[in-house]
Amino acid sequence: MPKNKELKSILIIGSGPIIIGQACEFDYSGTQALRSLREDGIETILINSNPATIMTDPSMADHVYLKPLNTKSIIQILKEHPQIDAVLPTMGGQTALNLCIEADEKGIWEDFGVKIIGVDIDAINITEDREKFKQLMSRIGVPVAPASTATSYLEGKEIAQEFGFPLVIRASFTLGGSGASFVHNEDQFDEMLTYGLEVSPIHEVMIDKALLGWKEYELELLRDKNDNVVIICSIENMDPMGIHTGDSITVAPAMTLSDVTFQRMRDLAIKMMRSIGDFAGGCNVQFAVSPDEKEDIIAVEINPRVSRSSALASKATGYPIAKIAAKLAIGYTLDELDNQITKSTSALFEPSLDYVIVKIPRWNFDKFEGSDRTLGLQMKSVGEVMGIGRSFQEALHKATQSLEIKRNGLGADGKGYTNYDQIIEKLKNPSWDRVFVIYDAIQMGITLNRIHEITKIDMWFLKQYEELHALEIEISKYKIDTLPKDLLLEAKQKGFADRQIAFMVGCLESQVYNKRSDLGINRVYKLVDTCAAEFKAETPYYYSTFEAEIETKDGKKYVENDSTVSDKKKIVVLGSGPNRIGQGIEFDYCCVHGVLAASECGYETIMINCNPETVSTDFDVADKLYFEPVFWEHIYDIIRHEKPEGVIVQLGGQTALKLAEKLDRYGIKIMGTSYQSLDLAEDRGSFSELLQKNDIPYPEFGVAETADEALALADKLDFPILVRPSYVLGGQGMKIVINKKDLEDTVIDLLRKIPNNKLLLDHYLDGAIEAEADAICDGENVQIIGIMEHIEPCGIHSGDSNATLPPFNLGDLVMQQIKDHTKKIALALNTVGLINIQFAIKDDKVYIIEANPRASRTVPFIAKAYGQPYVNYATKVMLGENKVTDFEYSSKLDGYAIKQPVFSFNKFPHVNKQLGPEMKSTGESILFIDDLKDDEFYELYSRRKMYLSK
Amino acid sequence: MKYQTRKKAIVLLEDGTVFHGKAVGDQDGKAFGEVCFNTGMTGYQEIFTDPSYFGQIMVTTNAHIGNYGTNELEEEADTAQISGLICKNFSYYHSRPAADMSLQDFLGKSNLFAISDVDTRALVTYIRENGAMNAVITTDFEDMDALKKELSEVPNMDGLELASKVSTKEPYFFGSEDAKYKVAVLDVGVKRNILRHLERRDVYCKVFPYNTSYAEMKEWGAHGYLLSNGPGDPRPLEGVIQVAKDIMEEDKPLFGICLGHQIIALANGISTYKMHHGHRGINHPVMNLETGKGEITSQNHGFTVSEEETAAHPDVKITHKHLNDNTIAGIRMKNKNCFSVQYHPEASPGPNDAYYLFDEFIHNMIKEKA
Repeated sequence: MPKNKELKSILIIGSGPIIIGQACEFDYSGTQALRSLREDGIETILINSNPATIMTDPSMADHVYLKPLNTKSIIQILKEHPQIDAVLPTMGGQTALNLCIEADEKGIWEDFGVKIIGVDIDAINITEDREKFKQLMSRIGVPVAPASTATSYLEGKEIAQEFGFPLVIRASFTLGGSGASFVHNEDQFDEMLTYGLEVSPIHEVMIDKALLGWKEYELELLRDKNDNVVIICSIENMDPMGIHTGDSITVAPAMTLSDVTFQRMRDLAIKMMRSIGDFAGGCNVQFAVSPDEKEDIIAVEINPRVSRSSALASKATGYPIAKIAAKLAIGYTLDELDNQITKSTSALFEPSLDYVIVKIPRWNFDKFEGSDRTLGLQMKSVGEVMGIGRSFQEALHKATQSLEIKRNGLGADGKGYTNYDQIIEKLKNPSWDRVFVIYDAIQMGITLNRIHEITKIDMWFLKQYEELHALEIEISKYKIDTLPKDLLLEAKQKGFADRQIAFMVGCLESQVYNKRSDLGINRVYKLVDTCAAEFKAETPYYYSTFEAEIETKDGKKYVENDSTVSDKKKIVVLGSGPNRIGQGIEFDYCCVHGVLAASECGYETIMINCNPETVSTDFDVADKLYFEPVFWEHIYDIIRHEKPEGVIVQLGGQTALKLAEKLDRYGIKIMGTSYQSLDLAEDRGSFSELLQKNDIPYPEFGVAETADEALALADKLDFPILVRPSYVLGGQGMKIVINKKDLEDTVIDLLRKIPNNKLLLDHYLDGAIEAEADAICDGENVQIIGIMEHIEPCGIHSGDSNATLPPFNLGDLVMQQIKDHTKKIALALNTVGLINIQFAIKDDKVYIIEANPRASRTVPFIAKAYGQPYVNYATKVMLGENKVTDFEYSSKLDGYAIKQPVFSFNKFPHVNKQLGPEMKSTGESILFIDDLKDDEFYELYSRRKMYLSK
Repeated sequence: MKYQTRKKAIVLLEDGTVFHGKAVGDQDGKAFGEVCFNTGMTGYQEIFTDPSYFGQIMVTTNAHIGNYGTNELEEEADTAQISGLICKNFSYYHSRPAADMSLQDFLGKSNLFAISDVDTRALVTYIRENGAMNAVITTDFEDMDALKKELSEVPNMDGLELASKVSTKEPYFFGSEDAKYKVAVLDVGVKRNILRHLERRDVYCKVFPYNTSYAEMKEWGAHGYLLSNGPGDPRPLEGVIQVAKDIMEEDKPLFGICLGHQIIALANGISTYKMHHGHRGINHPVMNLETGKGEITSQNHGFTVSEEETAAHPDVKITHKHLNDNTIAGIRMKNKNCFSVQYHPEASPGPNDAYYLFDEFIHNMIKEKA
């Protein structure tokens, strides 16, 4: 019998709001698990408080509970669904495991006769309690670093004396390494010991001997009920031990491991997984390997659940770990399941890669002013990108091009550091620019040995960097006309962008593009197929590269391309790239729905994105997935290859929207709202003219490019003044100033950070109420899908405000103005698709703050709260398949839905937590209340008064 | 470091298709052989030195080759056994404190020609679709017609006997004389790790040339016999097939690996055939039908035994099956102390999931003794 017939109804626990260390990878795994269970006819019940997720869509599970993740909610669900047979807690990160343990301790599962599948409680306890873990490992003969636990300050001091420095202090039962740090001396130790004890929910810290500079690896495992275990992926951390794996540049497959050492590691991992309990599911194991001839292996930790790394491993190999893990949890064995990519071979196997992937984390330190920007044991990144290439160098370049931090790759843009001391300092204290600084150091002439000595990065990686730099030097000797074909091909194979080559030879990007087109150096697409082409694969999951020529027996020359173009009409959806504050999972939600809607309209859908954590990069979502940087050169080549009807840019946040201008310039059709309208909304001058013409009020404003201009403008506008740079995301750099001195400082500071920017100065409507509306427009009709009122007053970024849907105290007059303005603006901008408009309300007068003719952060929230597929409707309108009036709009909400922002400040102990016009939250949750008498609402509302009194 | 572009080289297949690449180390060279591919992501040194690959041009599918150099302790034979190497990215620089030389130097030591920067994925796809075939890799391709002619003279692997080329010329011993068990190994291309595994299990091995008779081996007084892995077609190895028959006749403990497995099948009248493009990699899933457990195995074979004939054979039990294509991966004689597997329990390279087969062999010898 393949599966356990007793399991008919299963509860899945999600991971809640996005925080650092627990991001949308769990939406990906949860979504996969739900689909996987439903394929087997199992009834699924989901609890997750995060409304921006795809998994919480009504269509994803039989019953979706958008409820707080606590045992109270669990009990309520189990009461409403006594038929639930089992709970699968391994898909929702540590949050879900912790909730599962809590419910277990309270005896809830037992009371309701619910079985835990996918993991067992002992396994969670062993892996989370480092003392127990250490004991178990020594019992089964797996080496671990010398370590001990302390539950008091005194105990901690004794341990430190015994082990000597450097040490690692880690708080038990925490997430993303919060409360973990290196200590090199007594003073640091005292501080960190106190902090660690404080943040641990069980008041316990683990003190380890630090394995600084050891090589770091991870393996992803799957195990079935028959105890078959397979290793899906090996991942090597380019940054050695000392930097949290979530903050490390990582590479798959492992690059510098011999077979002997890899197999030893594989055996240890399997032994560890078997030792922690008797369960079927996924597991992640981390190891350190000594960087000497002994190649000693030490186990660092084991996580009995899917993880950020398993999401990465799934995207890196094509093997859908969460999907298979869910099947294993319901009793299938690996040999009974098919390889999901080839469909013809067994799932009991270990993927083989004929390419390399590089993951680079994305940080947002600019949002956490005053934070310690050095990377260490505590994870600080907010997102990640993955590059796939036929070599490490190509993958590395593609990953750097995916980051969207105004770099075109490594070197060749004149943006590198050139100060020796600064470079050495940055090598010693790695931060967000780690990946670039190594290149700068080589460029400066610092020897690889010195770089290795400081960073402990394996010489193999440094040599790869060195070769890239040597190639840059070589190419720079030529002019575009004299550049030999071979050299140009090699540069492209190693991932250099046309823009970089243009920089090297001193010409325009388009000249490089034309030259390589003339020479036939074109991107080809290769398949991610789990098996290095050994078997024919069915899944359209591609990445680009440049390859050598092949000649057929009749002398025809060609370059092999795995991606054949169909004759169907096609639509490209541009993804939103790496998650960051201000642009997160909600845009992935929109992209996925855009793809599904286009598919319903009969289009072949093509998704382009480079974020491995997302659902949009699941090969099951679009008809074709190109895992490529959302970077002009890559996008344009795909478009030239596929020749789609058009491109959807409205759904992928600012990342996709920014490409609209170039798409328009190259004559590529943008579906829905045109580039001209998008630009009009972004351009403050033209937009206010539009408002004026339509008789819509807005706060007095002006544009300044120097401090002098700003000061002159201030006289006209009156303080307080809101200062912000143009073309930025999530209110980056926005400040409210109340006098000329503040204004001058802010302007100077902003222009230093973002030179040549036009600064926008608005008169700030002090004490105003903020509200926003989302609408769909087809150019003739406008349908408002939701209006939300912020609980905090104007001045707190909309992403950081608590907000209610529908508004809780706006009068008819105000509501009417909001509706009228929204309709007028949507039509005036010729919007076709979605639009979001933000308002400030003072003295019953509604002013426009800004309008964004694209999917906004609030669209998924409104869709969830009202239970309506608005992105689906909007996409069909964009495609011209439907009119706004074709759909029925019925809200299913009784009472109110409150959007609550969630912050990750605890990762940054000394950071300024004060909220303002710059967004700082990493995630959000939804709370449904019946009426305004609700305690939670009352509390939020009373906090509002606090803001006002300030 | 100065950037270096390398000399052009090609892969010419028997059917006239050409794949372009570059010569490793800028060396001139030419090598012929049957082109096959291995999907392992680690263990290139073990693959290159595995005698079963004798006479073959190896395509490694892993994106990089040579990253961790080579190490004498990880050799399966003293020199490289493949006839040529085709790869995507060749690492001229290696990083591993335990390495004793770079892969480039190691290939030089074995006089082996290698080419890189080939679209190996396209080549693998081509072999997958068109089957294994002979090929030449070379930097000398001015006169394509002459090259094609030369290539056409290379014998086909089907029916080709190669064991004689890799087998030891003289018998030799492996392990400690004081060991508890004695195993006679008939070398048709034995991998060193098979011997290491036996040694670790308290076995003293005597390795005999491929053309040794059973009588000669028996004289040494072995407790058990092992028919090794090796290259080429098993059918021409009539002498070896006879040895297998003789051992089974006397019902001595017998263990066959890969080519040895095919010989045991042939000795039982089960035929073998050449596969379309074989199994070569370290991720091959095998189901142990006796325990119901899966194992990930190291495989390297271009021939296999007939499924129908094995299933119909009254004295043979199928113990292991390949999960991807259901080919026979292991058999056991119902009334004899004999078993064999198509894959490589000694791994090297590859997962160690099938080590238990060596224990089973030891157990069979204990049974025999008692």
